[in-house]
Amino acid sequence: MTGELLNVQGLETQFNTPEGIVHAVNGVDFKLKEGETLGVVGESGCGKSVTMLSILRLIQQPPGKIVAGQAMFKGKDLLKMSNEEIRHVRGGQISMIFQDPMTSLNPVMTIGKQLAEPLMLHLGLTKEQARDRSIELLELVGIPRAADRLKDYPHQYSGGMRQRVMIAMALSCAPQILIADEPTTALDVTIQAQIVELVIRLREEVGMAIIWITHDLGVVASVAHRVNVMYGGFIIEDSLIDDLYRNPLHPYTIGLLGSLPQIQSEGRKRLYSIDGMPPMLYKKPHSCPFAPRCKWVIEKCRLVNPPLIEIEEGHRVACWVNTKDGSVRDV
Amino acid sequence: MSNNEETLIRVEDLKVHFPIYRGVIRRQVGSVKAVDGVSFQVKKGETLGLVGESGCGKTTTGRAIVQLYKPTAGHVYFRDIDLVSLKEEPMRLMRKEIQMIFQDPYASLNPRMTVRDIISEPLLAFGMATGKQLDNRVKELMRLVRLDPDFIYRFPHEFSGGQRQRIGIARALALNPAFIVCDEPISALDVSIQAQIINLFEDLQKELNLTYLFIAHDLSMVRHISDRVAVMYLGIIVELADRNEIYNNPLHPYTQALLSAIPVPDPEHYRKRSRIVLEGDVPSPANPPSGCRFRTRCPKADEECEKGRPEFREILPGHFVECFKAEVPSPLKEVTFEENSILK
Repeated sequence: MTGELLNVQGLETQFNTPEGIVHAVNGVDFKLKEGETLGVVGESGCGKSVTMLSILRLIQQPPGKIVAGQAMFKGKDLLKMSNEEIRHVRGGQISMIFQDPMTSLNPVMTIGKQLAEPLMLHLGLTKEQARDRSIELLELVGIPRAADRLKDYPHQYSGGMRQRVMIAMALSCAPQILIADEPTTALDVTIQAQIVELVIRLREEVGMAIIWITHDLGVVASVAHRVNVMYGGFIIEDSLIDDLYRNPLHPYTIGLLGSLPQIQSEGRKRLYSIDGMPPMLYKKPHSCPFAPRCKWVIEKCRLVNPPLIEIEEGHRVACWVNTKDGSVRDV
Repeated sequence: MSNNEETLIRVEDLKVHFPIYRGVIRRQVGSVKAVDGVSFQVKKGETLGLVGESGCGKTTTGRAIVQLYKPTAGHVYFRDIDLVSLKEEPMRLMRKEIQMIFQDPYASLNPRMTVRDIISEPLLAFGMATGKQLDNRVKELMRLVRLDPDFIYRFPHEFSGGQRQRIGIARALALNPAFIVCDEPISALDVSIQAQIINLFEDLQKELNLTYLFIAHDLSMVRHISDRVAVMYLGIIVELADRNEIYNNPLHPYTQALLSAIPVPDPEHYRKRSRIVLEGDVPSPANPPSGCRFRTRCPKADEECEKGRPEFREILPGHFVECFKAEVPSPLKEVTFEENSILK
């Protein structure tokens, strides 16, 4: 974990809908180091997927629009690249796996064809070379009888195996960054455990950086080195993994961790619940987006949105109130 | 658990098989054995958790209890009345007592009906209230599930997922049922909303003395809400025990693997824990393995497991398991061992 691989600054993405402009991402800053696994946690609609799709310019435009920001990848801004350039980055240097492996594989193409496509496109392999490499890749992700199964169509694979194929495809061109968007959400727990183990093993073998998007604080605890918590289109807390669970600082993170039942606990405590619901993002929030649901809320929260600032070393939080002692931060 | 140990629901050797038809004349060529012989009881006032992975038959079991699917074989007794043998009209009347809450709060509410229409439908179907009385009852139910009664004329699309689930709960409570089958009622909701709904379920249970069958795949939530937990795999219950017993002392290899696979929101715990990662996928319920259903993925399986289906036996008081290899851990031995080592 040394060099800086990706540096995103001030990213803002909006969607033009019939009901008005949706402010999905409202100024997101984060960095990704080489070999690091960054977990991005948040509930539906918090902007975690849109952030990553924006970086790869996979937002459909219109209705979507990247309004501001930059995403520096190896000295070049991904948001300013030509379509041709970004096409080489996507799948080649940065690849992505999605939540639902059934809808992200082409149902009328064999697995072998789909695996060979990026190899021939990005690495310039011949058909035969691509086939051999495909078999290697399927073996790498633990698919038995790989050579035979190349001829199969996606519906002949189970859900867990389809996700393995997606991972094989994403890794096929040895990317430097793998973006995984809720890769285990559609899977059962035992299959989820298989996929998590697989990604951890491959991370060590291949040495890529990973951005793992999820709403499951349990999964993140098992894979990530660092976590960004998102809410209402902002990163509200950014911390190393152990620190986040032991020492959460933002009221939302505290609430989220408190609302999970503890599997180890014998007794039965009432779950902590955050009242209200996540915000609709039709207006650009100028105050703290969490203020209407927050227990610690003060006058300032409803007037000025707190910036994401480093409170402790490597631990950033966006909150006016110090949740440890209730004092107000002056920034 | 309530003080009286009265059994409210008794399920005996319940089977639900769905036929597979093939060819021009639609000949039956086999069947999907979604539920293949499950037996359990639910006591009055308790919550029985039913967990398992997708396709294990947990939802089908829930639906067969409410008689939304006609069971292929077996019995479902509600207060000693066999629901399976009931004719249509007596069964319809029984539905006052037995209600269901569905997984998807988007699909289980009619988008063209207002909240008033949705919640009052069961009341009208049983002629329980009319006119002003009906409106009052609907508002009372809305308050019960913590919804603002002013929203009575709104449509489902005007509500969030969590609020919709509350509407579904209000509808299920309208007839004052004794027993509710909750089929994955929180899995479509966001984490912070899940806790709200779970707390509501617990409050309602206390207030109205309800009995729940709580179906879910989230094992930590099930442990939180249940008094006893049943684990299903491929159409059968492999293990059933008190909540703490099953989590502290799982005896079936599948339960052990399932529990070790739960992602725990604690990175330190994760690093210390040893995980049992199962190989392969769940076999097809149309063609389940001979003998023990779990043997194709079981780390402990041998020839014995191929021979026949193990008995669902009470290995410890109140702790049932269907496995040849399950053994009662002997705490006595361990204590002696430790004492010995201290003496040395």
